[in-house]
Amino acid sequence: MPIANHHSSVPVIVDEDKCIADKGCTVCIDVCPLDVLWINEETGKAHMKYDECWYCMPCEADCPTDAVTVNIPYLLR
Amino acid sequence: MKINDIPVIETDVLVIGGGTAGPMAAVTAKEQDPGLNVMLLEKANVKRSGAISMGMDGLNNAVVPGHATPEQYVKEITIANDGIVHQPALMAYATRSFPMIEKLDSWGVHFQKDETGDYDMKKVHHLGTYVLPMPEGHNVKKILYRRLRRNRVQIENRYTATRLLKDPDGKIAGMIGVNTRTAEPIIIRAKAVIMATGAAGRLGLPTSGYLFGTYENPANNGDGHAMAYHAGADLANLECFQVNPLLKDYNGPACAYVTGPLGGFTANAFGERFIECDYWSGQMMLEFFKELESGTGPVFLKLDHLAEETIQEIETVLHTNERPTRGRFHEGRDVNYRQRMVEMHISEVGFCSGHSASGVWTDETGATTVPGLYCAGDMASVAHNYMLGAFVYGQICGESAVEFVKSRSEPELDEDFIIRELERIQAPMKRADGIPPEQMEYKVRRLVNDYLQPPKVTKKMEIGLERILAVREDVPQLCARDPHELLRAMEVQSIIDCAEMAARASLYRTESRWGLYHYRVDFPDQDDGEWFYHSRLFKDEDGQMASGKRPIADYLVSLGEEKDAYRKMRVQKAANE
Repeated sequence: MPIANHHSSVPVIVDEDKCIADKGCTVCIDVCPLDVLWINEETGKAHMKYDECWYCMPCEADCPTDAVTVNIPYLLR
Repeated sequence: MKINDIPVIETDVLVIGGGTAGPMAAVTAKEQDPGLNVMLLEKANVKRSGAISMGMDGLNNAVVPGHATPEQYVKEITIANDGIVHQPALMAYATRSFPMIEKLDSWGVHFQKDETGDYDMKKVHHLGTYVLPMPEGHNVKKILYRRLRRNRVQIENRYTATRLLKDPDGKIAGMIGVNTRTAEPIIIRAKAVIMATGAAGRLGLPTSGYLFGTYENPANNGDGHAMAYHAGADLANLECFQVNPLLKDYNGPACAYVTGPLGGFTANAFGERFIECDYWSGQMMLEFFKELESGTGPVFLKLDHLAEETIQEIETVLHTNERPTRGRFHEGRDVNYRQRMVEMHISEVGFCSGHSASGVWTDETGATTVPGLYCAGDMASVAHNYMLGAFVYGQICGESAVEFVKSRSEPELDEDFIIRELERIQAPMKRADGIPPEQMEYKVRRLVNDYLQPPKVTKKMEIGLERILAVREDVPQLCARDPHELLRAMEVQSIIDCAEMAARASLYRTESRWGLYHYRVDFPDQDDGEWFYHSRLFKDEDGQMASGKRPIADYLVSLGEEKDAYRKMRVQKAANE
């Protein structure tokens, strides 16, 4: 069966100017219970790769540079 | 030793799940015998995993001397759970509850104290006083993590267990699983296994339609329930679903245990109180559901009558603890506790002994029906266990497992079983096209909502079961593009197992019990003659899902004249009104 690409707006925003993932930081990626934050291979910064968020906030609370914001997922907003 | 070129990892005690009960179990095992190898395996990262990833705002069931006795607690929970409890397990919790609070206090977990230094207990339950606020409870996970490091527990993050292993005698022998980032399999031989994988929280579909907008941390998807079932363990009272009163759409707690003692309450559209007690029970949920569906519905959290400083106190707790994005949610909708009531709704269904009573059968030693396998926390069957119960049963399981491994030689592994399981794990990534896990999960969870959500109707549940079994037929078409999708593909297979268990358990008990949790419209009455039993669900000798009855152990505490207290939940209107 063929598979389509499915677009969705994701709730976790990473400020790329503040994010230091390209310097080796993986704090937000490590603490996510759903493992949805990954390094964006083009920019070297963290980004939300999978739309599977519990809006629980460890990524935002533990980020050392205040680069992460957790919004409420659109369907719940 | 290697199987299919995969090295077998050896340990004495293996703990699966690093949320609340798991770390306590692992630390306890090391405290008991520092010479043992104790491994803690976690699907996410123990620093922030499980139901309390952002901490907890209070203990819901604390038995503190001077405020309540273990006997009073056992009685209250027995009544709240319509008599179907294993009182020896409740009593083991109740007597260890206070020593555990003191242990956590000594580790640096802060509980609210009054001006004399006594624990500041609040009454939320119908009969007794058991709620202990912890407004600074956001650091629980950090404190647990420090203890794990200090006691040299070996931690393996980002591995999900997929099946338990048994030796030829039927004793536990370890587990097999897979790395969630690399898809590399892992085989662990262990002399005892403690499972603490949390609730089955991805069973029903939230009304928002967002798969991960569940009440439970969605990492808790019922893997442990499915693994215990496949290992031949008994599950108990699965038809006693978890259904909770929550902030609508946000789907997090409102939270009566925080707001109730400060004057907030659950109200109907006219701002009137309609339930006498906000403690979560099936009976309370039935009244909640009736009000929701009635002409005076829907249901709201009412705080707009409170003083400014009280509201500020509530906001500080609710917006920094447990589910801190609550504040952001209200902000987005321009909802302010001062100005209007907040709309509430009921959660999707799940299995969770933390709030109800369903789970893998465990006795007062944390033992399941498989020798060497122990369970603690939201997945174990001890009723109304909450966070403190997870800590206490983590401790009990840690002690029991250490005792079990003393006389245990190296377990023999079933290589054929392991090879078949490796094939099951590897299958979804070998398929280039097929059905993505997200679609299969949406479908099965939508069926749970359509056919199994109470009020339960026999014919609907039979159709639901048939449709769920049809989804199971599609499993060979599951495909995963990367290791992350493989994790979801393994999870959806557990979700299908749990959905089938939910349907069969609900069909088996032909009565109504636990208020809304098992409200069967075509069997509306509680039938103690036929159903004063735990229901069992297990895999029979032919590998089929089977049901049965387990007698209720003799009560240690009799219920006396308060036995029907939880049947009188609805506020009675005065005759002249």
